[in-house]
Amino acid sequence: MTRASLALMRRALRNAFRRPQFLAPLVVFPTLFLAVNTGGLEATTALPGFPEVESFLDFQLASAIVQSTMLGGVSAGIAMALDIEAGFFDRLVVSPIPRTAIVMGRIGAAGVLGSLQVLWFLAIGFIFGAQMATGPGGVLVVVALGVVAAVAFGAFGVLIALRARSASTVQGIFPLVIVALFLSSAFFPIELLSWPADVIAEYNPISYLAEGLREPIAFGWDAKIILEGFVAGLAMAGIGIALAISALRGRLQAAR
Amino acid sequence: MTAELRVTWALMRRGLNEVLRVPGASIPGILAPTIFLLGLSAVFSEAAQLPGYGTTDFTQFIVPVSLLQGAGFTGAATGVNLARDIERGWFDRLLLAPAPRSVVLLGIVGSAALRCLLPVTFLLLVAFALGVPWPGVGDLVVCILLVMGFASAMACWGTVIALRFQTQQAAPLMQAVAFSAVLFTTAYAPMELLADWLQVIATINPTTLVIDAMRDGFITTMSWYDIWTAVLAIAGMMIFFGLLAVRGMRRLGR
Repeated sequence: MTRASLALMRRALRNAFRRPQFLAPLVVFPTLFLAVNTGGLEATTALPGFPEVESFLDFQLASAIVQSTMLGGVSAGIAMALDIEAGFFDRLVVSPIPRTAIVMGRIGAAGVLGSLQVLWFLAIGFIFGAQMATGPGGVLVVVALGVVAAVAFGAFGVLIALRARSASTVQGIFPLVIVALFLSSAFFPIELLSWPADVIAEYNPISYLAEGLREPIAFGWDAKIILEGFVAGLAMAGIGIALAISALRGRLQAAR
Repeated sequence: MTAELRVTWALMRRGLNEVLRVPGASIPGILAPTIFLLGLSAVFSEAAQLPGYGTTDFTQFIVPVSLLQGAGFTGAATGVNLARDIERGWFDRLLLAPAPRSVVLLGIVGSAALRCLLPVTFLLLVAFALGVPWPGVGDLVVCILLVMGFASAMACWGTVIALRFQTQQAAPLMQAVAFSAVLFTTAYAPMELLADWLQVIATINPTTLVIDAMRDGFITTMSWYDIWTAVLAIAGMMIFFGLLAVRGMRRLGR
């Protein structure tokens, strides 16, 4: 199981790096957004109710990381759907490997890419003056939580691919990704969101993930907030993986 | 001349036919700027409490940005459609037709100008439903014409990229430029509240003039100065990207 998963993960990563045109949007668009938000809304840190931060860039880095890992999830789903459309998935199914490895390999690749995405944004942040409030230890926490987020979103991407079996359908969920992000505290403090975004953001697990990532970058060691981020991320990852494996089994049963 | 106009109109109609025959393909172009309008209004609404916005309603401030985003997405989509036509060989057949290549380009770009009216209409309905005040017929017409001009300029850019790479996989490059042209401006905040580096870019970026003029239409009233500077900015972008597109068309297959 582990060997097969690792082999499929390596294949997924090789394919991803061979097609940089699919990989680039994962960092290009969140980086552009990060630049525009930081440059355009720096003055909002003066608003009453905005938490005290060194700079708006420190605050926004977490949103860029979440956004990028969410796009990574869509990309993992598209890659899985392309495998289904091209018939490679069927060849994997008839090969002597545990079927769950097909799902776990793809999700594992999303996790590895997630760590690189996090490092990209941290590097961009440091180059442009962001400061890690918790030092090198905080970098490890942010990378770890970023990987958890990437695995969670990758699992949902794979789940949708297994259900839809079409790359264009998976591509079509992109607007929902943006909606989910806007309805969270990823971009702005929850206290400053307008109704009903503030109410929805309270219950949106992406808010906890974003705040868990933001805490070590912008504020410091608050174990509760960081732990809540990990719990939200791991819960999403667990549910996503379970549903993806269930979708795989359902698809195999339907093919019998 | 009449024949050239007929070819241009036929190509524009072909672009519009796609909207009717594949309505699903138009949804992302409408949905994306609408989500941005609603999302940005919900998330950054408090920003308008800062001095300098000229209004306390962030939706009113951001409407021109969403309209131009809709136009930018439409322009980029025109480039993607052209790349698809090149991939499938349809464009080769078009080039064999006895029509000047500049006329073919005009048809493609003209279809983008008309197609952008779809997201623009939807966005305006959403904005008015959210309480954005009616800007007046005159200012609204000028805004719509500016948006159509911007869609044409971005369609020229999409054409340049489609002709250069000849694959739909170049879509992110088309979209990234349209996205940057709109957002690296006074999109989120007035000039004096932008970070220094963004002030420099926004000052150079001609789209800032277009956004500021349209914004005056939605917040106060457009002045003649607003209109002329915005028209000149759009004309400059259309000439710049148009010349690049004409060059790409001339070089194709030679």
